[in-house]
Amino acid sequence: MIRATIGALVALALVPGGALAQTAAPAADPHAGHTMPMATVPATADPHAGHSMPAAPDQDAGRDMGAAKPASDRHAGHDMGAAQPAADPHAGHNMALPPTGDTIGNAPAPAPPTDHAADAVWGAAAVAPSRAALRREHGGFTGSMILFNLAEYQARAGTDGYRWEGEGWFGGDINRFVVKTEGEGDVRGPLEKAEVQALYSRAIGPWWNLQAGVRHDIRPEPQRTYATVGIEGLAPYWFKAAGALFLSNKGELRGRIEGFYDQRITQRLILQPRAEIEASAKSIPEIGVGAGLTDIELGLRLRYEIAREFAPYIGVEWAGKVGETARFARDAGDRTSGTSFVAGIRFWF
Amino acid sequence: MILPTSRRGFLRAASLVTGAMAVPGWARSGTGGLASGSDVLSGEDIKLSIGHAMHSVGGRSGHAIAINGTVPGPLIRLKEGQNVRLSVTNTLSEDTSIHWHGLLLPFQYDGVPGISFPGIKPGETFVYEFPIRQAGTYWYHSHSGLQEAMGHFGSIVIDPTGADRVQSDREHVLVLSDWSFMHPHKIYTRLKQNGGNFNFQKQTLVGLIAGKDQSAADRRMWGAMRMDPTDISDATGAIYTYLVNGHGPAENWTGLFAPGEKVRLRIINASAMTNFNVRIPGLAMTVVAADGNNVQPVETDEFQIGVAETYDVVVHPTEDKAYGFIAEGIDRSGLVRATLAPRMGMVAYVPPLRKRPLLTMKDMGMGDMDMSGGAMAGMDHSNMPGMDHGAMPGMSHDMGSMKMLDPSVAPQVKMGPGVAMLSSMPMDRTAERPTGLENEPHRVLTYSQLRSLDANPDKRDPSREIDIHLTANMERYMWSFDGVKFSEGAEPLAFRHNERVRVNLINDTMMPHPIHLHGHFFEVVMGEKGNRPVKHTVNVLPGGKVSFDLTADALGDWAFHCHMMLHMHAGMFRVVTVRHDEDAA
Repeated sequence: MIRATIGALVALALVPGGALAQTAAPAADPHAGHTMPMATVPATADPHAGHSMPAAPDQDAGRDMGAAKPASDRHAGHDMGAAQPAADPHAGHNMALPPTGDTIGNAPAPAPPTDHAADAVWGAAAVAPSRAALRREHGGFTGSMILFNLAEYQARAGTDGYRWEGEGWFGGDINRFVVKTEGEGDVRGPLEKAEVQALYSRAIGPWWNLQAGVRHDIRPEPQRTYATVGIEGLAPYWFKAAGALFLSNKGELRGRIEGFYDQRITQRLILQPRAEIEASAKSIPEIGVGAGLTDIELGLRLRYEIAREFAPYIGVEWAGKVGETARFARDAGDRTSGTSFVAGIRFWF
Repeated sequence: MILPTSRRGFLRAASLVTGAMAVPGWARSGTGGLASGSDVLSGEDIKLSIGHAMHSVGGRSGHAIAINGTVPGPLIRLKEGQNVRLSVTNTLSEDTSIHWHGLLLPFQYDGVPGISFPGIKPGETFVYEFPIRQAGTYWYHSHSGLQEAMGHFGSIVIDPTGADRVQSDREHVLVLSDWSFMHPHKIYTRLKQNGGNFNFQKQTLVGLIAGKDQSAADRRMWGAMRMDPTDISDATGAIYTYLVNGHGPAENWTGLFAPGEKVRLRIINASAMTNFNVRIPGLAMTVVAADGNNVQPVETDEFQIGVAETYDVVVHPTEDKAYGFIAEGIDRSGLVRATLAPRMGMVAYVPPLRKRPLLTMKDMGMGDMDMSGGAMAGMDHSNMPGMDHGAMPGMSHDMGSMKMLDPSVAPQVKMGPGVAMLSSMPMDRTAERPTGLENEPHRVLTYSQLRSLDANPDKRDPSREIDIHLTANMERYMWSFDGVKFSEGAEPLAFRHNERVRVNLINDTMMPHPIHLHGHFFEVVMGEKGNRPVKHTVNVLPGGKVSFDLTADALGDWAFHCHMMLHMHAGMFRVVTVRHDEDAA
């Protein structure tokens, strides 16, 4: 948990980019992938040994060939195209055992035609709509999902409370519009915290989404609006992790990281440990936020997936204010920490 | 054998009253086989109508898209050398189409809207007309939207001009399919929302404590890579009822035989998403054809049939008893049984589902270094970045990253959110038993056992080769070739007319993908050339590599795709063009 959240924080600190996904992964040797197979394949079994792979692995040789495309290289035509001149064109072939008795030529590939065969038979106008549909229907996904990970009643010393945390996405595989909301309050008191975020989300790697937009806090008052940027995704070991920075319209910088893990006990009984840490760059007394770490929250929730989409849960949560924020709370006569027993429903559609 | 009229009458009456038996006569339970007539469509002029129907499985009825009112659609039986005119009427309120899977025909009649023709509009009748140039077992299905997953498929049997070189006393057609009461678009959406949504066989804590599945160390190692060794099928038996000829396990489709007969079973996998393991406990099967083409007979006890493949087997039941025909989903989330019996009403023992297999490092394209057990089981993988692998031949010193996403191994792949894995050491796995059948005590067919009965016609060596990577991100449910979805404006794969090309399919995912090329046969490159098996669909095992040699002899534009319908729908699709050289500028 801590590892995931720290990972997210590190990633956040390093600022968005294609390298984010790698920051969360263990350190990798960039050369291992090339050298490993070359070192192991016997020369006789390697179809490339004769012309492209000296005994000592030399990746520069591959690149040079890519640029020069000597006629004797049967790969020149297809995988050393101009588009990827810098890449090692042979790595993908290394383990292929040559089928007996075959030699493969090095003819160049024809250029893809720009016309369409069906147009000549049925007419371009007749085929065009179905060709557009063909494109759309083979990868052009648009969809949505609304998920409330938390929607719960919190029983605790003093007044019981409630809490929600949900998000919705709308869009395709890469670009999505995301709405997030979370909040809490006492059942007998007013709403204490409520925020809504509207974000543009973009997939920046297999596991991570970069998100940017606005956050508006309806409570506490006075209300604030923040510009926000963050990432969320799946860290190694299947931790869901997220981190975000928030810059308010009054110039206050705050941050939040959170993470959880779904531990399957059985196929439908799932234990979700969860942590959330908030921090503020400076003191904001009017909303009770101190400088430094402000809030820490640890939860453990056990849900039963009656359906994947519908899972009642019970659990326990500890929430505490820390540092200057705790002092503000004490000064105001509020509790600084407490444990709740929670019951709720996780649902999505 | 002729069916008792009273029973047939009863079934007809039942279907009129309840609409429950929406299967054609040849596919009805208790059929004596193809020789007994019924409503098989033959001749030069065949009429098909696509429409809505209700289909009943396990006592529950659901919405189907049917052909001539039935699921599966009619069996079309043709003769090599004849001409056929197929008039297809669309009574739906959306476009439809029929693709003749495996048939060699002019491209404009191949039936893929947007590639071959404009599609068939609501209310329209489209006439396909072409000569029949081949013999064997084939099938047909919609290539519009996800209609095929709702029942829009049927079988084709083509008899050879001369005597059939497969000798049998009786024939049955067995069309395997996966039926769901959940609409295929909803299945697709659920998978986009939650990649493992239908997998109820994941590893659990209870399993770990009970000593099942992977060790804690292996789980950590796989977790570090965000890879799930139970990720064998994405749409599973949790939402599918598997069918034989439209019949679920409860309906128990029964094909009759007389003891001592040689019975030819023409088995077609018309599923949307399910690869099956097929066996008939107690009865050896002699495989005589694959994808419609005769192979040198090979006897086996079980084979895996990828989506869209067909296998013809001959069985020789000598005893007066029932045999169970078992088709089990490769993830073992469900099975369908049918029965071969001398008389109706007999049942055979139905074996329980076997244990769900686990994927290994090999399925991740990590080569032959199976780290998931055996000698490696005792190692502590949690310290992988610092692990010393000096003693392990073939492994680099660095296992921390596992090299599961090293772009240098596949420079042609466009890296991005849709590519979660690249096989660093893709293996030719055609001589291996398919996923989950590695340790079965009986004989299991491997691709390498298939040898064409006839010599391969084109003896030329390939003039060039191309690599095509099968790429995916299971968590986002993104599927593509070379990291590019078809919808992203992927260029066609261009071939010169009559060019001989080697196509290398490299599976960078942990699932098998049955890859289908329209309008052509190809020879799967295995062993000595000369009699390599001739196929239209080839199942590429996880982390594996399959090569085929293609003679691009069919001018026009053709579809090329994974036949797992939702993978295709997600973008694992390309157009293949075959042009005269001068046109290809």
